[in-house]
Amino acid sequence: MVEISTTTVGRSYGRLEGRAKVTGRVDYIYNLRLPSMLHAKVYRSPVAHGRIKSINIEEAVALPGVHMVVTGEDVKTVLPEPYYGPAFHDQPILALDKVRHFGEPVAAILASDPHIAERAARLIVVDYEELPSVYDEVEALTSEAIVHEELKPAGTFADLKHLSGRRDTNIALDFHLRLGDAEKAFSEAVHVFENTFRTQQTMHTPFEPMVAIADVTHDRATIHSSTQSPSFVRYELSRLLGWPESNVRVRTGHLGGGFGAKVYVKVEALALALSMLAHRPVRVAQTMEEQFYTITKHPSTFRIRSAVDGEGRIVGRKCEVWWNGGAYADIGPRVTQKSGFTAAGPYDIENIDIDSFALYTNRPPAGALRGFGIPQLVWAYESHTDVIARELGIDPVEFRKRNILRDGRPQAVGTVVKDAKFETVLDDTARHLGWGRSFDRGKGTKRRGRGIAIGFKASISPTTSSAIVSVNADGSVIIYCSTVDMGQGSDTAMAQIAAEVLDIPLERIRVVNPDTDVTPYDMSTLGSRSTYHMGHAVQLAAADAKVKLVAMAEEVGMPEGSNAPLPELFIKKFGMRAGTIVGTANYKPEYAPTDPETGLSPNATPFWMIGATGAEVEVDTETGDFTIMRMINVCDAGKPINPAVVETQLSGAAVMQLGFTTTERMIFENGQLTNPSLADYKVPGIFDMPVQMENVMIEAEQHDGPFGAKGAGESGTFGVSPAVANAIEDAVGVRVLTLPITAEAIFRALRAKDGVPLAES
Amino acid sequence: MSRRTINFTLNDRPVTTDIGTHQNLTEVLQENFGLFGARESCGQGLCGCCTVLVDGAAVTSCLSLAAFVDGSKIQTIEGLADGDKLSLEQEAFIETGALQCGYCTPGFILMTKQLLDEIPDPDEDQIKHYLSGNLCRCGTYPEILQAVRLASAKRKAG
Repeated sequence: MVEISTTTVGRSYGRLEGRAKVTGRVDYIYNLRLPSMLHAKVYRSPVAHGRIKSINIEEAVALPGVHMVVTGEDVKTVLPEPYYGPAFHDQPILALDKVRHFGEPVAAILASDPHIAERAARLIVVDYEELPSVYDEVEALTSEAIVHEELKPAGTFADLKHLSGRRDTNIALDFHLRLGDAEKAFSEAVHVFENTFRTQQTMHTPFEPMVAIADVTHDRATIHSSTQSPSFVRYELSRLLGWPESNVRVRTGHLGGGFGAKVYVKVEALALALSMLAHRPVRVAQTMEEQFYTITKHPSTFRIRSAVDGEGRIVGRKCEVWWNGGAYADIGPRVTQKSGFTAAGPYDIENIDIDSFALYTNRPPAGALRGFGIPQLVWAYESHTDVIARELGIDPVEFRKRNILRDGRPQAVGTVVKDAKFETVLDDTARHLGWGRSFDRGKGTKRRGRGIAIGFKASISPTTSSAIVSVNADGSVIIYCSTVDMGQGSDTAMAQIAAEVLDIPLERIRVVNPDTDVTPYDMSTLGSRSTYHMGHAVQLAAADAKVKLVAMAEEVGMPEGSNAPLPELFIKKFGMRAGTIVGTANYKPEYAPTDPETGLSPNATPFWMIGATGAEVEVDTETGDFTIMRMINVCDAGKPINPAVVETQLSGAAVMQLGFTTTERMIFENGQLTNPSLADYKVPGIFDMPVQMENVMIEAEQHDGPFGAKGAGESGTFGVSPAVANAIEDAVGVRVLTLPITAEAIFRALRAKDGVPLAES
Repeated sequence: MSRRTINFTLNDRPVTTDIGTHQNLTEVLQENFGLFGARESCGQGLCGCCTVLVDGAAVTSCLSLAAFVDGSKIQTIEGLADGDKLSLEQEAFIETGALQCGYCTPGFILMTKQLLDEIPDPDEDQIKHYLSGNLCRCGTYPEILQAVRLASAKRKAG
């Protein structure tokens, strides 16, 4: 290992946009207004599954101040095939023929005054023929209610093509992995364990709601959007339009949060269609409530079975995971596959079966949410791991260490793990929690316990990032890249990387906000991929610029080592302060596709993310209420580019997952969402913090990462939920199998354990 | 929708503006004055992203009808810095890295200002009590607690 010595990288600089954020001057797209712009408000379906018999817009159109009312049929006059989606072209811009979930957009009203548009939306009358619905992911497998008559995979992914035209099924994608001989392992096992775990539907609730302003002229479409995926939005809108990508411009500012809600197309296609119909700029700005109907996190059911030998080694594991993707696939099929292959956990198990299913149901769509399915999987496999350890009477940390994956061994998908410090992360979590040392277990009705959980994730692969680094004649530098800074600090990290390569101060570097007319391609800002992928691209582009600067210096007789300032070099070459040196790079890591039969790949990911949590809880046995006394979050982030920003990411991810663990849950009655607001859907506030929280980045290095770094934005989410459940069992001896973990669930379990179960409510 | 003219002091300047009586203060600050530091997110006065100070007290401007601020003194995040010189609270949030996406940041800073105006040296419970009406979806609470403590120390040091 070569020791990398750096000056700018590896130091905790404040965020470049910090001053703009504390003065309220950040360029969120939600704040943008354009001349002659119209506001759009959306009328949404009150039924979960129904055929549209008629739409009456008369009263809405007649309201003074209403510019136009638009339905799905109107959209077809400008975009004949108005379906979009990254994996399936299944989502209509406005509902056509039928609605498939509560809150689906059916019509849009345009007005100069958003209040008038909102009032008009309430005047639309739609007659539905209600259809049988399915809401549960397991029932969706066999349900007679069919969400989509025919599957329509996008051409983007080669491995989905075989699904084209498949009918009468709710299975959008099934992924299977077969390693070794699981049947044999189970038949020879000394112990066999089985549990079924479930997770609830939750929402990202970015505080800057989803928003897009489209401005379309006869051959030019400009979209201002709070998107995490400017390149994909350009691709998808140009496909809908049948235009070259150069005629479509997608730009964004800093985002007021994203967390996966703003990946791929969300409100952009609607804004595009409305601007084409109105011949004016149109703003589609969601409310917090509307976000709940747009994209969510998959509810899931995971049946996990383990075969264990007499020495406490897991010799076989069977995983069946059902992902509730809601009415439109979004990126769910990728969650099913790319996260699916890690379902057996970070353990060295030689015989594994994984069956992972993406299912359509009549719920609001589910997609990516900080972890891309991993937190749902870790919830199951790390709860299950503790169940096994306790049954066998083995210390849960010791049991994990006996089975943990180590560098040089293949993960279930067949890829040998490298630079993945599973054991160190586990050891550090245990050490910081004080595992193995005695602690106050409480007394009377207040009981304390401790739990640990560790999870991991592969990077979504293969993906490409491109960057341009240009050096101005005064020696200042501009980075052009399409990585979106939504609060994770990517602008600062990219600037640090370029500063390091070019050996110039950070203050002389500017990072341009993504704008597809200006910034080159990037797959998307998601899955903790930017530091590694875009970090590489920026590093290579800066190095390319440096090579050109050295050549220019030689040309004008200022050889390397002369140490002449950059402005002098430009003056020597161009006779005045003029000219630009441009470095460029495309970066795509190596990848081997998974085998369609076995699901195996020798190179499924460029790097592994590892995160663990240790928790100490205090449970009130009279009420089931619990307090998290301590929470330790540990991750392997390689060598962080900006340690303070990475630590905040680790901590913030854990806090977010704490919400998904304890309080957040979308509640449905007959398919209707009853709590689409922060009043009834409880995200963590300052009083919900653990009494103590510690965040630890272990000493590590990703050998091929930019300056040894790798992604870390999601790692803090992995272990939180099962660590809390494991600590609760340690405290009071009851096991919770379903998220969220509520006082009621614990109290019911305590009563059941005491032989006096409560009646179901 | 009826309209009326209101007068108030906005960041130390007297202003007169025409409003709809149905409009909330967030919307009037944005559409009539171009001030976007107070921003509507949850729309129910729960997240605190729309916080402004009305006569020195933090209020959620998304729940305040603009008509009712007639005659008041309003301070927004844009009025906190003295030209290029940031307020001590703003400095503290930057120095402790107490922000991620930044959408909630102005609300937390204004709430911190009100807290420190009333309790110069707050303990942890007092800090949490004052900040419990502001939410940060990025989960930056530990850093925000540090920022408030640092701001308190900075104010004491003068």
